[in-house]
Amino acid sequence: MTERVKRLREASMAAQPTISAERAKIVTDFYRENLGKYPPPILRALAFKEICEKKEIYIGEGELIVGERGPGPKLVPTYPELTCHSLSDLEILNTREKTRYRVPEEAFELYEREIIPFWRGRSLRDRMFSLLPQEWKDAYEAGIFTEFMEQRAPGHTAGDGKLFRMGLFDFKKKIADSLARLDFERDPEAYEKQAELIAMDIAADALITLARRHAQAARALAERTSDPKRRAELLKIAEVCEWVPAHAPRNFWEALQGYWFYHLAVITELNGWDAFNPGHLDQHLFPFYKKDIESGALTPEEAKELLSCFWIKFNNQPAPPKVGVTAAESGTYNDFVNINLGGLTPDGKDGSNELSYLILEVADELHLLQPQVNLQVSRLTPDSLLEAACRVIRKGYGYPPLFNADMVVQELLRQGKTIEDAREGGTSGCVETGAFGKEAYILSGYFNLPKVLEITLNNGWDPRTKKRIGLETGDPRDFESFDELFSAWERQLRHFIDVKIRGNAIVQGLYAAEMPAPFLSIIIDDCIEKGKDYNAGGARYNTTYIQGVGIGTLTDSLSAIKHHVYEWGTITMDELLEALSTDFEGRETLRQLLLNKTPRYGNDDDRADGLMRRAFEAFFRAVEGRPAPRGGVYHINMLPTTCHIYFGQVTGATPDGRLAWQPLSEGISPVQGADRNGPTAVIKSVAKMDHAKTGGTLLNMKFSPQVLSGEEDIRKFARLVRTYFTLGGHHVQFNVVSARTLREAQKNPEEYRGLLVRVAGYSDYFCDLSRKLQDEIIARTEHEAL
Amino acid sequence: MKGGITGLVFDIKRYAIHDGPGIRSTAFLKGCPLDCLWCHNPEGKDPRPVLSFVEARCLSCGACAAACPEGAIDFSPGSFPKTNRERCTACGACAAACPTGAREIIGRRYTPQGLIEELLQDRPFFEASGGGITFSGGEPLAQPEFLRECLILARKKGLHVALDTSGYAEPRLFLELARLSHLVLYDLKDMDEERHRKNTGVPLAPIMKNLQSLFEEGIPVWIRIPVIPGMNDGPETIRAYVDFLSRLPTKPPVFLLPYHDIGKEKYRRLGVPSRLDGLKPPSRARMEELARAFSKAGLEVHIGG
Repeated sequence: MTERVKRLREASMAAQPTISAERAKIVTDFYRENLGKYPPPILRALAFKEICEKKEIYIGEGELIVGERGPGPKLVPTYPELTCHSLSDLEILNTREKTRYRVPEEAFELYEREIIPFWRGRSLRDRMFSLLPQEWKDAYEAGIFTEFMEQRAPGHTAGDGKLFRMGLFDFKKKIADSLARLDFERDPEAYEKQAELIAMDIAADALITLARRHAQAARALAERTSDPKRRAELLKIAEVCEWVPAHAPRNFWEALQGYWFYHLAVITELNGWDAFNPGHLDQHLFPFYKKDIESGALTPEEAKELLSCFWIKFNNQPAPPKVGVTAAESGTYNDFVNINLGGLTPDGKDGSNELSYLILEVADELHLLQPQVNLQVSRLTPDSLLEAACRVIRKGYGYPPLFNADMVVQELLRQGKTIEDAREGGTSGCVETGAFGKEAYILSGYFNLPKVLEITLNNGWDPRTKKRIGLETGDPRDFESFDELFSAWERQLRHFIDVKIRGNAIVQGLYAAEMPAPFLSIIIDDCIEKGKDYNAGGARYNTTYIQGVGIGTLTDSLSAIKHHVYEWGTITMDELLEALSTDFEGRETLRQLLLNKTPRYGNDDDRADGLMRRAFEAFFRAVEGRPAPRGGVYHINMLPTTCHIYFGQVTGATPDGRLAWQPLSEGISPVQGADRNGPTAVIKSVAKMDHAKTGGTLLNMKFSPQVLSGEEDIRKFARLVRTYFTLGGHHVQFNVVSARTLREAQKNPEEYRGLLVRVAGYSDYFCDLSRKLQDEIIARTEHEAL
Repeated sequence: MKGGITGLVFDIKRYAIHDGPGIRSTAFLKGCPLDCLWCHNPEGKDPRPVLSFVEARCLSCGACAAACPEGAIDFSPGSFPKTNRERCTACGACAAACPTGAREIIGRRYTPQGLIEELLQDRPFFEASGGGITFSGGEPLAQPEFLRECLILARKKGLHVALDTSGYAEPRLFLELARLSHLVLYDLKDMDEERHRKNTGVPLAPIMKNLQSLFEEGIPVWIRIPVIPGMNDGPETIRAYVDFLSRLPTKPPVFLLPYHDIGKEKYRRLGVPSRLDGLKPPSRARMEELARAFSKAGLEVHIGG
């Protein structure tokens, strides 16, 4: 690490995330003046332009890559047009113990005086809740599902190679061509398309302006700088920012800076989920790297320093703060940028190159919270790269996660993408599959699978909110077979999926009509060609995902009922329901029996794994292929972020012996501690799920550090991963840290501030996690080797 | 076809990464003629099934006492059940009744087909890693008929088979079963005849002889030396190991296995006294120092596995 990188890294890590009211002020002033004067896309583009023209420009000491979303590192803007924080929300952010956002006094004042009075009742969230029907609200409050877009815009996408091959002038040309093709005589949507395209053009110009403002600021700084070396750097920065993103990048530095402006634009325009992401960064940068190294314009050390500076930029952008349910889903500063390495090239060759190793090295050395980096492992990925990744995994900060690139391609093909688009796709967010640069793959909400069983066992009644929210599928005491119970669960499931999908139509409709994203639409194919916004179905491919949570808890619960009640007669349904309704009060023996004498998922035992498949297929059937109003169809994926904690808090005791309000199983992992036959058995079990039918699954495994101590251990570990992928697994990630270390960290957080662990599809500082989540991670089975 | 052979297996460990090349599944066969002081698999010694009891998991519910057909369990509410091991036949009734799995019968009967089938569950991992299956124990040669059938079946299935043995067995039988294996993991517990007999209960000479026959047959061997501080790690013993191994025509790889006290808990569960209380595992530095003695003589040496 160079001195510069060390300094920038430390500054980034030390900075306290702080709310900046800058964006809220600019947007509110603009809306007050202009609301109603323009069609929505143009209004949005002009608001974006206003930010680009007015926001404070920050160029930090020693920086080589420039640009911040707020007025400085970790100064986090808000998006009141989507969700307007109340004063008490701000107070919570300012004082909460974990993942705190400092709120300066002037932000409180500004919110009280200007922001809140203007947006109350006008923000998208306020209107969304006024439109959603009671059945949706009941299920939402019961904790059957969550809603992703109540506080954040859709987002959920990543960039592709064109961002490195084109400049905004090229995009403007495409916009002009599309405008010229509009058919005002026969196309009833021509005027809407025209507005959208004009908006895109305004947004492109706005970003060029922002880049040029950085160039000007760098020149002004250069004039005032006495150090000749820094002066030269500043002049170089100016030169780079004058060229990109207006034009296609010509060298390595411009490629990084150019992307960074796109990134800033996407996360400034709206607060879309998972920020944004350059996709296959090693592949995109390689031509520039090769050319610059060969011509002598760049040394590998300089390339590494630039990459490091680029890396730190991501860490400077904490997730926009949430409150309420969404905060519980993902209480983290991590905004889920997830850079892809390796994988395949669009023409099907191995996508890895020298830069894959160099980027891995940068991620390892800096080990920052953000950005995440993952390795896409295809059958062509060399062992040397996989093993290099495993050596980083061994260090125990939870990354890189490993993805099966061949399965990702298969998933995308199954969903109807072309083979080239599929190969250029990959993973973003946590584990979500998408065709980079061409798809809006929008996660709409987590879905609580075990809660549906609870509702079924209570004949449609939710014991916690004390409401009948489901169908009356019958008193389970009257069911004569397990199949009867299962089909009742499946009917409830379909009912709640229907409720969720009807709600999604309202939410998506609002975004399509009122909250377009003209900048993002420029860079996602085929929004320009269609003259249609990203949020309205303009992308080449449109997917809406519903994410199943708690398949492990559900499977073990079904297994307990099937075996103990219907096959072995160990207990009666009445006894079981009675025990569940009292949270096993005075029935510890029964609870232990359910925990210990039930065939459980994660042990390569078909008695349990067969039920997992059956439940998974039912969930798949309930969701798959349903049309979404903005275009495209629904698919499922299986990931929890931290929602298994929240869902656990709203779900009573379950037949697998889980006590009420405790966490559910996470991802597709077995229930914490239920897997007792080692990692190969876990892998066999979870691979019985048909991963190709999902848009991503998440498997967490925990290894004790001693399993990975030698080089030979690394090789075998890599083979373990390869086998999982041969068996059809989508993703796996590892915590290589002992339970003892984690308990130690709970006791002495001060000494373990830097301890990064894998949570769900991302790493986080252990000490920043809620106590419940910390306990859940400790409870995950730790695989040992003797 | 020899019908009706069954064997007693006390554990199957999947993702065994220290029992031969690649990722393996190891089957631990019950029964062992040796009586090593440091034995870390005491549950494998007795050729019959044994009862294991984990106090920490016991709820003191009394289900075991009620289920026991021999009346071998004393139980009064509020305390842990007491098992009269003299009267216990390890029939398993208490384990079946125990809700927490605190009581467990160690030793499951398998047919050779049944065992191989179960081991085959991890075949994809073996194939991806150049792994296979390992028979360990106890002493696997203590169930020779069963082992023979298993080895033959495994070979028919195309599996790579390793035999983890103390080498203490009748020579002809030993060689026959070794020939059916692709690799022998050979424990060499001491180089001093006297001490070997004292600490393991059996003489060293037949073990050395069987080892010699492996070399003569050209069967691949990995030497495994448990390093027991104060017993077989003195300078003279180490020199004897090195001298012997480095003079062999094909030098086998050597694995130094540091003594560990994880077995202690197992002794408690079986109600058997552990004889090495208080012995500390050797440090990493000590293991590296020992390893250097081997590598200086041109031997390939590994610590662990």
